Amino acid sequence: MPKDVTIILIGTAVGTIARFYSLRVDYRQYPGYPQGYLLHLTLGMIAAALGAVALPALLKKEYAAVTFLALATQQFREIRNMERESLINIEKTELVKRGDAYIEDIARKFEARNYLALLTGLITCGGIIVTKRLDIGIIIGVVLLISLKFILTPKQVGDIAVVRQAEFKFEGTLLDIEGNKLTNVGLREARERYMERGLALVIEPVDDDANTTLSNLGQRQAILHDVSIQLGIRRENDEPEFTPVAKRDSTTGRIAIFMIPYEKDIECMIEAAKRVPILESSRRLPLSSEAGSQASD
Amino acid sequence: MEIQLTKQIIAIVTLDKEKVYAGSAPVFVAEDEEEQQRIAMYITRITFGMVHDLGNGVLIIVKH
Repeated sequence: MPKDVTIILIGTAVGTIARFYSLRVDYRQYPGYPQGYLLHLTLGMIAAALGAVALPALLKKEYAAVTFLALATQQFREIRNMERESLINIEKTELVKRGDAYIEDIARKFEARNYLALLTGLITCGGIIVTKRLDIGIIIGVVLLISLKFILTPKQVGDIAVVRQAEFKFEGTLLDIEGNKLTNVGLREARERYMERGLALVIEPVDDDANTTLSNLGQRQAILHDVSIQLGIRRENDEPEFTPVAKRDSTTGRIAIFMIPYEKDIECMIEAAKRVPILESSRRLPLSSEAGSQASD
Repeated sequence: MEIQLTKQIIAIVTLDKEKVYAGSAPVFVAEDEEEQQRIAMYITRITFGMVHDLGNGVLIIVKH
């Protein structure tokens, strides 16, 4: 049987690796700076250590160790609050807002990733204690972290809807995308720029679940934000007419999106829209309920 | 915390003053369409409001 210190150190290390593995610059472009990495890695390491210490402590009849786990959950909630506050604070500096739903989703993810570190630490130590072998414990930890990472990966817009290019035109001053009137643009100069540089998409939900999910305003704002940070946006702070718009056709459930991206590349825009995560708060599954599935017949 | 009024007409730019009757927003009367577009653009850049065309020679600037 390896020594307690060794078990705890290995559990902490595997848990920290789990946090590092889930911490990469992704589509959210966050965290993007070393201080962000340092902050989250340190917190992840503390979480992993708390998880790793629990079992060896319990085996020594130190039952107070369980209270540390309760402390940990408190600390993770703080992390969620910290993320939320920090994203809300920078929201006013964004040309295209993330929106409250997306911010909440990101904050929850950061909280959940600390549970990932804690659980990996705990299970790795458990594995070592049960099998009395370091290598098998580490393998169990790694398998757990990979499977949890897989489970925690959210669905994307491309999984629940067909995203395609759409034609757009002006009917008088109304911007029209395949019959869906998006907005009234009063400035002639702005209409000319729309026609010259704009791109339009239509997102068609594949079923009733997708239809209800995409009707959520927070989900649509997340799509606009993600696409605009990946393609860039031709708009300044004092040009509200160039703000990207997403509007739902309430008869068909289709979402029409219009944007003036910096890079006018429709393929990239479709790809970016497809990869937007489905937010936890906007995900709806009416087809899973009896009333919902009967109503969709 | 910054508090703003939104969904409110903050200015009206019209070609025909007969089409606008009182209201809470300032009314600017333009000589021609060129001037109307120019005034509307200036106001939108200053107030960050969006210009909408009512289709009867009246432009409204709305803060969204």
